[in-house]
Amino acid sequence: MPEDFKVEIISPAKIIFKGSANLVTIPSFEGEMGVLKNHIPIVTFLRPGFVEIIGSQKKEKFFLEEGIVEFSNDTLLILSSTVKNSKEFSKDEIQEQIDKATKDLNLEDCTDKEKYILSYKIEGLKNISQ
Amino acid sequence: MPSLDDLKKRIKSVKSTQKITKAMKMVAAAKLKKAQDDAEKGRPYSDKIHNIILNLTKSVADPENSSKLLVGTGNDKTYLCLVMTADRGLCGGFNTNICKLAKKFFKQSLSEKKILKIVTVGTKGFDQLKKEYGKFIIEKRNFKNVKKVSFSQANEIGKFVLENFKKNEFDKCFIFFNNFKNVITQVPQMQQIIPVAKSVTELETQKESKTSNLYEYEPEEEEILEDLLPKNISTQIFKALLENAASEQGSRMTAMDNATRNAGDLVEKLTITYNRSRQASITKELIEIISGAESL
Repeated sequence: MPEDFKVEIISPAKIIFKGSANLVTIPSFEGEMGVLKNHIPIVTFLRPGFVEIIGSQKKEKFFLEEGIVEFSNDTLLILSSTVKNSKEFSKDEIQEQIDKATKDLNLEDCTDKEKYILSYKIEGLKNISQ
Repeated sequence: MPSLDDLKKRIKSVKSTQKITKAMKMVAAAKLKKAQDDAEKGRPYSDKIHNIILNLTKSVADPENSSKLLVGTGNDKTYLCLVMTADRGLCGGFNTNICKLAKKFFKQSLSEKKILKIVTVGTKGFDQLKKEYGKFIIEKRNFKNVKKVSFSQANEIGKFVLENFKKNEFDKCFIFFNNFKNVITQVPQMQQIIPVAKSVTELETQKESKTSNLYEYEPEEEEILEDLLPKNISTQIFKALLENAASEQGSRMTAMDNATRNAGDLVEKLTITYNRSRQASITKELIEIISGAESL
């Protein structure tokens, strides 16, 4: 049985989530990452995707577009200005965002890094709607 | 001596002004509570991001070559100043205090032969600065048609600042805002956001050196900093906006409270004058009647 550790998700306007979890998966910039208790202190940043917080009783899922993650002293800190609980998305909103991202992706001055981020954004958004 | 009728009108108008100021005070008090909550909720984010940056700065191997946002352009010639004020007046010394501080800084910088670029956020700041420093203002923003400031607005300003920084339009960036201490005191403040103020960083580094953790960075420190520093700009601006919003309401509440009290005093004085002059005219009429009767 994995042990619990503290998780905080903070947006500029308020604290979105504060609680404990067994396992948290985060969409780190270099790939999906699972965090358990006693992880080494780490700082990394995120690409668009889902943060999944798995506690002993319940599961929470958040979608975010960017963010900074810090893990130290068994506290996982996620700072993001675009975080949202995936239940709160409406269908129209998702479609609108997908359309916009697709349009941006086809622009000529889109750099490789932007393309990388946008493609994950589209994929993530599509997954919410399913 | 004004006539009775005039006095009556005067009293009535002061009373209705008092009603308005009282209502404004109530509204400001209600809004203040909300703005204060928002400002407090916003603090963890900016504090934490600040902490992470501090830790990162310590572990950057080659600070000379890292992001320009951190170490500056190496020059100290052009200053970009963001003056943040309210969009509405009638809030005591709120706007004037920020502008006063900003003007003092402008004067000093100009005497040191620096080049100034001013961005005003909020209409009142623009109104107060356009006369003296109008030619330096390169951009004006306001949130008149927005009900509540959100992060996206701060982000817009942040983007504007960053774009100009990339074009080498300025070397240092300062923001002017009111720091919300409590309802009665708001302290106008100047903060340097580009480059990330070195003096502060060094001071805090010394303090925290014992507690600092050795982090694993993924990707490299430099890359994280590249991503984090622009975000920090928007975060600092957002924090300033929130502090400003709370200060504005606090300031307005105090100002309107004073105004209500002053109006009360004025009504009292005017009523006394009114009563006296009414009495005087009655006495005068009586004397006239009596002397008329006597002469018969």
